[in-house]
Amino acid sequence: MGFFLETLTGGLMAGMLYALIALGFVLIYKASGVFNFAQGAMVLFAALAMARFAEWLPKLLGFESRLLANLLAFVCALAVMAAVAWAIERLVLGKLVNQEGITLLMATLGITYFLDGFGQTLFGSDIYKIDVGMPKDPIFVLESFFEGGVLLNKEDLYAALIAAALVAVLSLFFQKTGTGRALRAVADDHQAAQSIGIPLSRIWIIVWSVAGFVALVAGIIWGSKLGVQFSLSLVALKALPVVILGGLTSVPGAILGGLIIGVGEKLSEVYIGPLLGGGIEIWFAYVLALLFLLVRPQGLFGEKIIDRV
Amino acid sequence: MLYRENGQFKASYHADQQIFPIAQDRWAILALITLAFVAVPALAPEYLFRAVLIPFLILALAALGLNILVGYCGQISLGTGAFMAVGAYAAYNFHVRFEGMPLLLSLLGGGLSATAVGVLFGIPSLRIKGLYLAVATLAAQFFVDWACLRLGWVTNGSSSGSVSVAGLNLFGLPLETPVQKYLFCLALLSLFALLAKNLVRGAIGREWMAIRDMDVAASVIGIRPVYAKLSAFAVSSFIVGVAGALWGFVHLGSWEPAAFNIDRSFQLLFMVIIGGLGSIMGSFFGAAFIVVLPIVLTNTLPALGALVGLNVDTAVLSHLEFMIFGGLIVFFLIVEPHGIARLWSTAKEKLRLWPFPH
Repeated sequence: MGFFLETLTGGLMAGMLYALIALGFVLIYKASGVFNFAQGAMVLFAALAMARFAEWLPKLLGFESRLLANLLAFVCALAVMAAVAWAIERLVLGKLVNQEGITLLMATLGITYFLDGFGQTLFGSDIYKIDVGMPKDPIFVLESFFEGGVLLNKEDLYAALIAAALVAVLSLFFQKTGTGRALRAVADDHQAAQSIGIPLSRIWIIVWSVAGFVALVAGIIWGSKLGVQFSLSLVALKALPVVILGGLTSVPGAILGGLIIGVGEKLSEVYIGPLLGGGIEIWFAYVLALLFLLVRPQGLFGEKIIDRV
Repeated sequence: MLYRENGQFKASYHADQQIFPIAQDRWAILALITLAFVAVPALAPEYLFRAVLIPFLILALAALGLNILVGYCGQISLGTGAFMAVGAYAAYNFHVRFEGMPLLLSLLGGGLSATAVGVLFGIPSLRIKGLYLAVATLAAQFFVDWACLRLGWVTNGSSSGSVSVAGLNLFGLPLETPVQKYLFCLALLSLFALLAKNLVRGAIGREWMAIRDMDVAASVIGIRPVYAKLSAFAVSSFIVGVAGALWGFVHLGSWEPAAFNIDRSFQLLFMVIIGGLGSIMGSFFGAAFIVVLPIVLTNTLPALGALVGLNVDTAVLSHLEFMIFGGLIVFFLIVEPHGIARLWSTAKEKLRLWPFPH
């Protein structure tokens, strides 16, 4: 029982991180109808920027404080992501207005390659550390219920808290601010939004910047856990089935989908994996999403807009 | 002046329906084929065969297969690498498990196995399309990657999925020197290109294109979407599977699942986009472009970097390659969505009017 719970919580933590990346997908898809394959590359790019600025800035400006370095690096990385968002809108999406979804998907594939290469040219391609002072020691809970209790990683707990806070902030932003309302209007209907004077291109820049912000947070959490390296970019491939499962247009769907995939992955690896030869984590999420697609193509919470074939 | 069809009258349906209706085209193609079959083997150095020509031929074959699915039938696939892997490993199994199995039969067996897997993973396309289908084909990619790595019977029990073949022969003729391999690949590619061209010109090709352009309208005029889509998946994965088997058997000799990973899928998709969606010729252009570009970059960028005082080492070089590929994809999607093939046909149109513009 203790082992089962440990696997479960491990899955939930991993799922929270998938959900963070999936959130970026959903934000962009909602507002611009672009299936942003480059979200993973953005995570890598943001994490690289964060790690390197935290290293460079103290040397450049001559201060010691790590907190200050991290704060400044965060601001700089955020600025970089906003610049990336602006460039993507200006150079790519703005030129591809009214194209089919598939064309846009392929364009984001190109952006993925470009960002991967650009980030590593600019910031270097070694493994870098992000140290934002997350505690690494494990804690035991529920010791009164089982022998030995359940092992929890404090870092994971903090990560989950940050993710939850991020989701809360984002939903506040979407529900309560004027910009958020404009974003929802664009998500609902491009033309109608434009006709009442909402500037599309500015909205898209904002959305991509917000997605860059989410990518930065995800990058910091993953990066402080595993180190910033190229494989970070591949985590995004794990987030694709999450959005399919949760529904492409639903923020709660992304969160719940992430949790389901995270838990399902860990549980299946532990309980079904040995029967099949192990390592089924790689495809489990995809096959789950595939089966789900056959039964309920719009995902858990998605709008039913998929046209029948 | 030189290139125009004035005066070339067609007196029969047969003449009207040939692949190259203009005589100059026919001569050019004939010259090209002769050049490829006779002059290149006699003149090209061995390095060229190994590094450029053989990879080009095999990847062009794979791109041709993918183009049928993506370019002609409009079903996006990010799992091409997986279908290549199925072709390669199935052919390997035929080769190893059956004593004295002819090479050609092993390769075709690999293609047929890829067809079966392709149709299986094509089934979701009956219910979903576009982005969702892309994710569904990614499932194929990851599943096959895993199967080649973990399932013992796929790789005949070798650990980590690395297998090798040696002593290939074609009906008793050895297939060892680069020239022999080149000729073998070239023959297969020409055959499949002719086959594919005729398929897309025929009834089934028109069905695919109708489905691509508007599936609802196509089904209204009596095209069966199930049949059209699954047949596109079948034909495409057959060709891709044969290409995969060739890549393993002829080009690599010994390989592991990483040779057919997701990067291969993206690479092939890029070939199809850059070369031209929905064009047989485009697959060749795209493959040539993507095979040759890294070699050109490797040879020129360090020199260019030295000119402006930058040191371009291999790591930077590979990142620059990524950037240039990514940039090119975006560039082509924006500026010329129909790829190099469209540039080629525009050039031909211009040539027909030259030197008088009207």
